[in-house]
Amino acid sequence: MSILINRNTRVVTQGITGKTGMFHTQTSRAYANGRNCYVAGVNPNKAGENFEGIPIFGTVKEAREKAGVNTSVIYVPPRFAAEAIWEAVQAELELVICITEGIPVRDMVVLRDRMRKEKRRTLLVGPNCPGVITPDEIKIGIMPGHIHSKGRVGVVSRSGTLTYEAVGQLTELGIGQSTAVGIGGDPVNGLKHIDLMKLFNDDPDTDAVVMIGEIGGSDEEEAARWVKANMKKPVVGFIAGVTAPPGKRMGHAGAIISGGKGTAQEKLAVMAACGIKVTKNPSEMGRLLKSALR
Amino acid sequence: MKIHEYQGKELFRKYGVPTPNGLPCFTADEALEAARKLGGQVWVVKAQIHAGGRGRGGGVKVAKSLDEVRDKAKQMLGMQLVTHQTGAGGQKVRRLLVEEGADIAKELYIGMLVDRVTQRVALMASSEGGMDIEQVAARTPQKIHKIFIDPQAGLSQAEAQGVARKIGIPEASAKQAGDLLKALYRCFWETDASLAEINPLILTRGGRVVALDSKLNFDDNALFRHPEIVAMRDLDEEDPLEIEASKHDLNYISLDGAIGCMVNGAGLAMATMDTIKLFGGSPANFLDVGGGATAEKVAAAFKIMLSNRKVKAILVNIFGGIMKCDTIAAGVVAAARKVKLSVPLVVRMKGTNEDLGKKILKDSGLRIISAGSLGDAAKKAVATLRKKPKPKPGPKPRKKPAKKAVKKKLLNNKARAKKVVRRKKE
Repeated sequence: MSILINRNTRVVTQGITGKTGMFHTQTSRAYANGRNCYVAGVNPNKAGENFEGIPIFGTVKEAREKAGVNTSVIYVPPRFAAEAIWEAVQAELELVICITEGIPVRDMVVLRDRMRKEKRRTLLVGPNCPGVITPDEIKIGIMPGHIHSKGRVGVVSRSGTLTYEAVGQLTELGIGQSTAVGIGGDPVNGLKHIDLMKLFNDDPDTDAVVMIGEIGGSDEEEAARWVKANMKKPVVGFIAGVTAPPGKRMGHAGAIISGGKGTAQEKLAVMAACGIKVTKNPSEMGRLLKSALR
Repeated sequence: MKIHEYQGKELFRKYGVPTPNGLPCFTADEALEAARKLGGQVWVVKAQIHAGGRGRGGGVKVAKSLDEVRDKAKQMLGMQLVTHQTGAGGQKVRRLLVEEGADIAKELYIGMLVDRVTQRVALMASSEGGMDIEQVAARTPQKIHKIFIDPQAGLSQAEAQGVARKIGIPEASAKQAGDLLKALYRCFWETDASLAEINPLILTRGGRVVALDSKLNFDDNALFRHPEIVAMRDLDEEDPLEIEASKHDLNYISLDGAIGCMVNGAGLAMATMDTIKLFGGSPANFLDVGGGATAEKVAAAFKIMLSNRKVKAILVNIFGGIMKCDTIAAGVVAAARKVKLSVPLVVRMKGTNEDLGKKILKDSGLRIISAGSLGDAAKKAVATLRKKPKPKPGPKPRKKPAKKAVKKKLLNNKARAKKVVRRKKE
């Protein structure tokens, strides 16, 4: 098993006819069971056509009804992305993974409010994230598939390449992953660290979790407190941005220390106090996890 | 994106947030003229820079005559204003705001930002205005009142007045204060602001509530819908290297250390900086080349890093995913040649086409220090700073191309580099 996605997931690509959407649909389809998983694309202007054999529908709802999709991955440009997420939510998909970077925060505030008020059950991963992968089963997103290996360790992170770094270290040490999730670097997003901790905790095929955070906000602290109270599995962690100066946005819209809050030191301290093994050396994430498994 | 106080106040007035009358000025004569136009007996001359804490640094002065206005303006224009947010070098004052004097009975604080937990706009208010709000929050958190605004309904008059009462605004002024807060929220929402602060918001002796200051930041991702705000951008207030980087779609931030780093991905870039620090060095910058770096982009990144004179070594850390290591390697080699790299270069590459990338670096004949892991790379980069840069087995090619086998290639590189320069001149 795994969390969020597996070999039975059926995916629709929103933005399948754009350059990014095309490229990543190709590479994702070539990974593991991808050929069976990628069954639809959406573009209202190209309904009825196909992309390398994948049928293109006019709407997500149609893709759900005709191709049986339960999950969407979004590559549409930032100014239309929030609307694209909303379309997938309205089509009542189980999961939406939004890769798009650069969505205005206000659009996300409106979207998340709508989702809450209408009690929508669709889970959202992202935006501005690398996606989700369950090794040897399915890859949804832009991560390099070949660095992953199947196994029993969950990975959750706000950043893309830093997730790859952790996964790469694990694989090199012979430790496979159950599912690796990039939740994205935006201030207003879908699933947070705490939500993934809950999912990994309930997953019988996950034995331990690597939690990677970065400066800004208090998601990691919240997750750490939950871990202390509820988690039955070892968790190790790293927080990026010890050297980041306050008030400067470090690439991700969400990675900013403001009002003296959201520093790496503070997060690491809370995590350690909650029983999470932390390291200040990102080269040691894999080894730290290995030591926690014993 | 940030704007100046006077620009923020122009926006405030447009949305109905009352402010004192004032005029922006670029010269002492303009300041005098502005004071004349404004009339009255007391004026305030305020330095316009993007950093906070201007008052304590001498950037806000009261003038009681027209001559004084001109004198203060003269003193302020061109000065390096140092505040706790500018760094030791300070920021040069190029613009002023001359305002009519205010009749202050009470100083309050108002702030708005997007709260990540509730995913709504948070309105924060305090009776302790005019002070460092972070200190108020730390020492007396009970004096900060917060409400989270429903994005569909907006801020209601009842909520707004409730906040006003909590921070000690008298009943007679509560309605006007409520209107002000509603106008501020509309301004925040409609301009896609990421931060709005009024510190201080004042209650005048006549019972009017007025924004004596303004601080507005905007969501960079939403600037495409606000050309009028983009037009307010003041490049003089930004780091020239950061401006140059943004032209190449690079994410760059200058820092104080000696090791320049180029990384793909914001999280990994921060982690790389942290690792440098962990091994006793300090990063000279944050630089995320992003997911789709080309050889040109890498070259631009090198040029920008090296324009920072403090840089004594460069660390390149790439985790190839979509971005292939060989592409980056070719870019790094081309860039190192083009800019005639004179500081040690440590490269760590991992992921897609790693071996191809390493081969390109090796075959280039350049003195590139290769590293296996992120920790290894940081250690090696820090070590280059400790070594005395002697001409012998130095970690890199210096001014005089050193030895044997490399010599020929280096000479070739030099010739090539010259050609490039010549071509540019043409």
